[in-house]
Amino acid sequence: MLEAIILTIITAATPLLLAATGELVVEKSGVLNLGVEGMMVMGAVAGFAVTISTGSPLLGIVGGAIAGMLVSLIFAFVTLTLVANQVASGLALTLFGLGLSGLMGESFVGQPGIKLQSLHVPGLTDLPFVGKILFGQDLLVYLSFAAVFGVSWFLNRTRAGLILRAVGDNHTSAHALGYSVIGVRYLAVIFGGAMAGLGGAYLSVAYTPLWVENMTAGRGWIALALVVFASWIPWRAAIGAYLFGAVTVLQLHTQALGIGFPSQFLAMLPYLATVIVLVAISGNRRATLFNTPSSLGKSFVPDR
Amino acid sequence: MMRLELVKRSEKSRLMSVLSPVVAVALTVVFAGIVFAAQGHNPLTGIWYFFLEPITSLWGVEQLITKATPLVIIALGLSVCYLSNNWNIGAEGQLTIGAIVGSILPILFPDFVNPVVLPLMLLMAMAGGALFALIPAKLKTVFGTNEILTSLMLVYCSNLFLDWMVRGPWRSPQGYNFPITVDFHEWAVLNAVDVGGIYLNLSAPIALLLVVILAVVMRSTLKGFEIRVLGQSPRAGAFAGFSNRRMTAFAFALSGALAGLAGMMVVMSEIGKLQPVISPGYGFTAIIVAFLGRLNPVGILIAGLVIASSYLGGEAIQTSLQMSSKLATVIQGVLLFFVLAADTLILYKVRLVTGREGEGAHA
Repeated sequence: MLEAIILTIITAATPLLLAATGELVVEKSGVLNLGVEGMMVMGAVAGFAVTISTGSPLLGIVGGAIAGMLVSLIFAFVTLTLVANQVASGLALTLFGLGLSGLMGESFVGQPGIKLQSLHVPGLTDLPFVGKILFGQDLLVYLSFAAVFGVSWFLNRTRAGLILRAVGDNHTSAHALGYSVIGVRYLAVIFGGAMAGLGGAYLSVAYTPLWVENMTAGRGWIALALVVFASWIPWRAAIGAYLFGAVTVLQLHTQALGIGFPSQFLAMLPYLATVIVLVAISGNRRATLFNTPSSLGKSFVPDR
Repeated sequence: MMRLELVKRSEKSRLMSVLSPVVAVALTVVFAGIVFAAQGHNPLTGIWYFFLEPITSLWGVEQLITKATPLVIIALGLSVCYLSNNWNIGAEGQLTIGAIVGSILPILFPDFVNPVVLPLMLLMAMAGGALFALIPAKLKTVFGTNEILTSLMLVYCSNLFLDWMVRGPWRSPQGYNFPITVDFHEWAVLNAVDVGGIYLNLSAPIALLLVVILAVVMRSTLKGFEIRVLGQSPRAGAFAGFSNRRMTAFAFALSGALAGLAGMMVVMSEIGKLQPVISPGYGFTAIIVAFLGRLNPVGILIAGLVIASSYLGGEAIQTSLQMSSKLATVIQGVLLFFVLAADTLILYKVRLVTGREGEGAHA
């Protein structure tokens, strides 16, 4: 029972963690991309489409990441090159992604997909209890943890990460030092798009190998909340994602027990938890402000 | 290497303020044409069916007004929010809660049948929407919580709440177990009357009236000035004695009330009862309407009609070209991108430069 619960928590947390890690980098560069939901749902539809047309879930995942990158490029062009309002453009990306994915996925509704294979290491995976949890996951679960460590290392230990943080904290100074503010931000937004696309593809290729319209169901927005929850620190995003995964699973298991509590109220739990967590975090303003990228959401026009 | 370069204008271009939405619509039409061509249709035929054919009949005009009305009402409220820098994106939820609160009368008091019911329902819906919108507003002013995320999360909660209501406590005993409430009685619905061949109900004139009221408020009252000042510079507003906190509560309450009103009128005129889904995403589409209308009441009226026509266009291409009606939502999203991008032209001149020329010009 406990093993089953932990396994489902992992699958519920992974898409959130992938998308949140990507958005964390985007926001660290000073860009607020509210289009995570749109990029995720595009990743989901593209992941499903590529998987069933090639027969390979691995290619599907790559397709999902590429789809996320492509739509993030629209956002990047509009907000970075044309300095449009980032909040409004992010909303536009979400509405556009939800619409386009619905259109692209129309013929896939009801079709069975192909599930991404889980790792199987003879011996290790068969260990009692820890075997399946540690050595029996699919590629994206391991990738999500690699991303957390990779991003953490990149931001804190590399020169490029330092430049990215400089661009996010004070774009005028970074520009004066000769760094390409717009270039760095383009790369960050595209990385965020790829990660959101992966998170979306996880839903349609590993979580439930199906395409359902709007199948992200607000996970992109929860990922955005996780970045705030994590106060822009990658390992905290991982903790947050697993807490949310636990809330989601708790809700599913309680529904399965059938204790007569209306399922709709249980289904509200992840969304209500997001609100409560955001309120709790914003109560501690000093800690939040310390890590918030100072140029977050502000447009930059180079004065050449 | 070629790149785009922005050159700041010395002042806002008045011409572009008017022209940028037109540019955006024109680019969207071109985009739609390309999509039609890519699908193997004649682009001009597609454009005709999508943008123009629906409004060539009286019935089409009636549908256009019916769809535009809730969009305009909601977008008016959102424009006040966005002008004052309050990012309410939960209008869809405020619409739902408003409709539920207003429906208390015909569902729980079916014997209370008289002409007072209708205005009471509208007022209750506005109060319900406003109170629900005050949740993210208060969380923002008291705790500093990001209102974008909280207002959106509440949309999911309110839709689930409506789902529970119509499947649980409010399910009609005569509904053959369908998730619907009892039908509203005659004083709880909006009846359409014949206006020169078009059947309209009270909601369209109410929307027009609201456009006029908001236009006057924004243009020539202190409140309108306060909204704009606090949006552009909270510090300047504070020196003028305006309170940012009160403005947040005001803007959210107003937009919540208008969303609730719109939701109630949709239920009263098109459905006549509650069911799990009462809005085809009006609360989200109204965001596009607000921006396309440049957050200006008259602009929003025009934008509401433009966006409403895309809903009809989606249905039209489905019947005449056998294309998916979902293309409409894609086109709406593209339109919003073009609107935001075209707004750049108001503050900047955009030049296409080659690498060498760009360096030389500013050396």
